[in-house]
Amino acid sequence: MNPVIINLWYVVAAALFIFGLKQLGSPATAVRGNVLSSLAMVIAIAVTLFNKDILTFELIVIAAVIGAVIGAITAQKVEMTSMPEMVALFNGSGGIASLMVGWAALYNMGNTTFTDVTILLSIVIGGMTFSGSILAWGKLSEVMTSAAVVFGAQRIVNAAILIGLVACSVLFCMDPSVTSPYLYAVIGLSLLFGIMAVLPIGGADMPVVISLLNSYSGLAACAAGFAINNNILIVAGSMVGAAGIILTNIMCKAMNRSLGHVLFSGFGAVKQATKVEGEVKPIVAEDAFLILEAAQSVSFVPGYGMAVAQAQHVVRELGELLEKNGAEVTYAIHPVAGRMPGHMNVLLAEANVPYDQLVEMEDINPRIDNVDVAVVIGANDVVNPSARNDENSPIYGMPIINVDQARTVFVLKRSMGSGFSGVDNPLFFGDNTRMLFGDAKQSIAAVVAEFKG
Amino acid sequence: MEAVFLAMVLMLSIFLGFELISKVPATLHTPLMSGANAISGITIVGALISAGGESGAMSSYLGAAAVMFAMINVAGGYLVTNRMLSMFKKKDTNQPGGKS
Repeated sequence: MNPVIINLWYVVAAALFIFGLKQLGSPATAVRGNVLSSLAMVIAIAVTLFNKDILTFELIVIAAVIGAVIGAITAQKVEMTSMPEMVALFNGSGGIASLMVGWAALYNMGNTTFTDVTILLSIVIGGMTFSGSILAWGKLSEVMTSAAVVFGAQRIVNAAILIGLVACSVLFCMDPSVTSPYLYAVIGLSLLFGIMAVLPIGGADMPVVISLLNSYSGLAACAAGFAINNNILIVAGSMVGAAGIILTNIMCKAMNRSLGHVLFSGFGAVKQATKVEGEVKPIVAEDAFLILEAAQSVSFVPGYGMAVAQAQHVVRELGELLEKNGAEVTYAIHPVAGRMPGHMNVLLAEANVPYDQLVEMEDINPRIDNVDVAVVIGANDVVNPSARNDENSPIYGMPIINVDQARTVFVLKRSMGSGFSGVDNPLFFGDNTRMLFGDAKQSIAAVVAEFKG
Repeated sequence: MEAVFLAMVLMLSIFLGFELISKVPATLHTPLMSGANAISGITIVGALISAGGESGAMSSYLGAAAVMFAMINVAGGYLVTNRMLSMFKKKDTNQPGGKS
């Protein structure tokens, strides 16, 4: 096929990508948007196969079939609670693909220096996306510790890696060749840099990291587009880059921290919060049931603990019982609840909670004092009043869901102990707070049983 | 000149991307990310050209490996996004008593 015709089809694909992303912005049209976007991908792949430079197809078919099978099986099997891990792995495979596309482009004849620079960019961004994502996956799946790993000379080591990376890149561009030792140095250093960049980031900051790596995987594709002079890679890659940056920004705002602060300092290491002391008031399922039965409005506030306990289905069941009982039921979701943006929404959708019952922090806070019972399930930092009151708290200034201002608060908690970031939570000692100790799923199931009984 | 033209494309699409995505509600953030995963598989276009080209065995193998990884993103990303989005239901369309 004539290259002009191929490029015209790329224009069609780009238009469909744009339209698909636009439709992905509303729950009502999102399914169609995803289909349009996949149609764009099919067009882009199909017309590329007519490129006159492609002479043999065996390798392509074998590789594509293997990739498609792995992707399809993963997509079908993955549990909704494990979505963060899957997205992390997909970020990684996008990164390594761009690294290899860049590397392979070095074998083309007659590359200009500009092309060499963009090839290196796709190798560097792709490489650090790959290794960073694998490490993020390790932290999310708890193959390794999910806490921030910080050591003394970290900044110096990172600076040294960065300087080495730039130096090797310059040396490579001065004498580009596929056998240049500097090429291997650049690949190695970018992989190392990805690991070092994610290492000091703790589990509670994972939403930021995943969004950022998402963005990098798009930018890597973008750089690969420059390396091989291809428009569609640049258009689609920069859309992904923009999406990732926007989500990163939303996550940072929701934690009241700058991106630099998330990336370069371990959480909670800065200040010692004022010690909070008091007495917790435990409650049993029967009493919780009596209070819930009398409630006119109930708001569930889920956190990562709900995902861990797999409690979303039983929570929905309780929500439905409460609605039948005449209460208004909402699910208040903090932007950084869970381990990735929108994690809780997907879990609740899986459990058949209609999305119009999910409310955002800005919507629930102004009317929180009209909520009779706020049920906190496995959330801690996102409902910690210290963020509002205690200037010494490491999370001071972070916007929270003000459950402490609801008439009654139930906190479901495995046992007394501080949350992920190790911050004490005065919410537990509030006059209107009742602690329901035990596994979240079992606790809710016990209340449901009371309702039915 | 080619480079300047590509830079223009980059600049315009970044701005367009920001405009398109900044209004996505929080509920759709996870599907947006997995959808973006799928789109970042666009690098497969470059991978195909290397894998089928005649720039030597190494270039073909690198290209083929890239085709595989990018295809994981494309197939997995779109399918999982579709699976997730089909779970999102509005209240009225929900069958009483649960699963529809």
